[in-house]
Amino acid sequence: MASERELLMHLENLSVNYRTRRGWVSAVDDVTMDIYKGEVLGLVGESGSGKSTLGKALMRLNPRSARVTGKLMFLGEDLMTYSNAQMRRIRGDRISMVFQDPMTSLNPIQRIVNHITETIRTHQPQTPESEAVNRAKELVDVLGISDNRLDDYPHQLSGGMRQRIMIALGLALNADLIIADEATTSLDVIVEAQFMALLKDLCREFNLTILLITHNIGLVAQLADRVAVMYAGRLAEVGPVETIFKDPQHPYTRGLLGAVPTILLDDHEELYRMEGSPPDLIAPPPGCRFHPRCKHAMDVCKIETPVFKPIENGNATSCWLYDDIPAEFTGELLVSAQEVVGT
Amino acid sequence: MTDQTNHDVLLEMKDVKKHFPVKQSVFERVAGESQKAVRAVDGVSFHINRGEVLGLAGESGSGKTTIGRLALRLLDATDGQVILDGVVLNDLSAEELRRTRKRMQVIFQDPMASLNPRMTIGEGVGHGYKIHLNSDPAAVRRAVLEIMEKVGLTPADVLYDKYPHQLSGGQRQRAVIARALITRPDLIVADEPIAMADVSVRVLLLDLMKQLKEEFNLTYLFITHDLATAKYICDRIGVMYLGKLVEIGDLRDIYGNPRHPYTQALLAAVPVPDPTLRTDDPPIRGEIPNAINPPSGCRFHTRCPIAADICSQEEPVLREVDGEPGHFAACHLRTGDYKHLDPENQDATEAPPQ
Repeated sequence: MASERELLMHLENLSVNYRTRRGWVSAVDDVTMDIYKGEVLGLVGESGSGKSTLGKALMRLNPRSARVTGKLMFLGEDLMTYSNAQMRRIRGDRISMVFQDPMTSLNPIQRIVNHITETIRTHQPQTPESEAVNRAKELVDVLGISDNRLDDYPHQLSGGMRQRIMIALGLALNADLIIADEATTSLDVIVEAQFMALLKDLCREFNLTILLITHNIGLVAQLADRVAVMYAGRLAEVGPVETIFKDPQHPYTRGLLGAVPTILLDDHEELYRMEGSPPDLIAPPPGCRFHPRCKHAMDVCKIETPVFKPIENGNATSCWLYDDIPAEFTGELLVSAQEVVGT
Repeated sequence: MTDQTNHDVLLEMKDVKKHFPVKQSVFERVAGESQKAVRAVDGVSFHINRGEVLGLAGESGSGKTTIGRLALRLLDATDGQVILDGVVLNDLSAEELRRTRKRMQVIFQDPMASLNPRMTIGEGVGHGYKIHLNSDPAAVRRAVLEIMEKVGLTPADVLYDKYPHQLSGGQRQRAVIARALITRPDLIVADEPIAMADVSVRVLLLDLMKQLKEEFNLTYLFITHDLATAKYICDRIGVMYLGKLVEIGDLRDIYGNPRHPYTQALLAAVPVPDPTLRTDDPPIRGEIPNAINPPSGCRFHTRCPIAADICSQEEPVLREVDGEPGHFAACHLRTGDYKHLDPENQDATEAPPQ
């Protein structure tokens, strides 16, 4: 357990809104979160929860139709103030990204070796070609691919190998932070397990910092040190992996974890049924965005947005169950939420 | 949910094969090379009892989807027989087959690709009913609204006129389920029906499928790569590897006492959503080989942690596991004649490879 955790990145009130023909989509809303050196932070959520948008925002890769606000403190500097040219030196060099689908991320008419050497030489132009090739050989060796495959084209490799090449590209420049966005989703379960074991080894060996974005709860339980749960663009709960799984507090976290089938399930054991589906983020529900699906929803939840803050068990959450409810929502002065919203 | 005593068989596959020919280049033809084929399904036999859920699990390329399509005769088998309720589907004429179609329906993975984007939900759901049962518009509408209520597509009269893109992912999959059920089929082939759905929606869809199964007396062939999901809904599981069925049995046997090393590997690879149960065991090596040129003998021997010499020479057959009726595995070392070679059976002087 690292007692003195070194802060690598600090997001403050980060929001991302997309402009669409139907209106502004509030994809990420007011996220404040830390990423520490050497940790694997699992970012989980359903599709549309904003987890990928958040991942892209960390590298400022969102499309032009996006309006990003807030602070992105990376080693003491706010990346939001960086120019495009400055960002280019951050991307790949300091923060790199491993995408979901290697077949669309790798260039089909470029040999594997050139992918790696090009990555190295673009960011470090002073590196001679021969040295870049040597680095490529070392990298694929670490990842368990023999270096005679370096001259192959992407289609000649198996799916698992292609995904390992994607990791190699992420590692090529010794980035401080690696963002893995659904990096194992296109893999079969056995290859995924192989990849997971590899990632565990790499983390131990190179003290990597990884933001693991996934909808696979099992993967997070197996790999992450801390977990951040997103719902409808907001953070629902953040905490150490053991606490999140053993003692989840936010009703959404509880529901989500209770809804995951596992092979340890007893015969005829029931899973948790969370009714409804995630909201449309063009017009998200007022107050807590989870309230229409929440069993514990109170009047306050329908109007006031809960504040994201630490709670007793060491997690942080945004839920009125763990906060002081404002006076107007307690006691006799009960206002029906419908009335308030209606006015 | 209780064990049905009348084990009447609804679907039977008898030594079914499906080989897809590979396109040959001019040079290969001139050189007189023999025609190559992808042996997607290579001699598979199993049955499904009426009212049962049989799961088919395996990695991509194992042939599980091809089996599903063969069961519906969406594909013609290269060899072997597919028998639905005593009728050999291979022999049916196009017209006979068309009339049989209403008895077997399919649910695919991607509802957006399964529903016609230019048809309203009501039209899409009612299409099969119109063709197979009754073309009277009022009757179709009545049947559609009724089935939409059953699958939880409510308010049905509002959703009837919506288009697929106006629905949520979970609602779309419900529409696909409604469309499958409206012809009152006996058999439903569900090919990764929840793989595209959100985690919180998956349970709802699975529970719906369970409930509808009881209500409509359905039989499912449930194809999935996810053994955790399979455990939630299936009665029996078959595990496929490279076109072969390597193990089949009751839920309890497969999860409690998996005999085939591949089944064991598959189960061990499922990430358990519990951080206190982390494993550092390295999973089996390699990836699924090419089905054009499958390995000799047991197709799994190239990745098998316990493979012996015999495994590359002779192909194992499915044999019943001692003391577990209905549980079959195809492994020389576990159920075959070479049990003495199984590290599990030898004295535990050394830690056996897991």
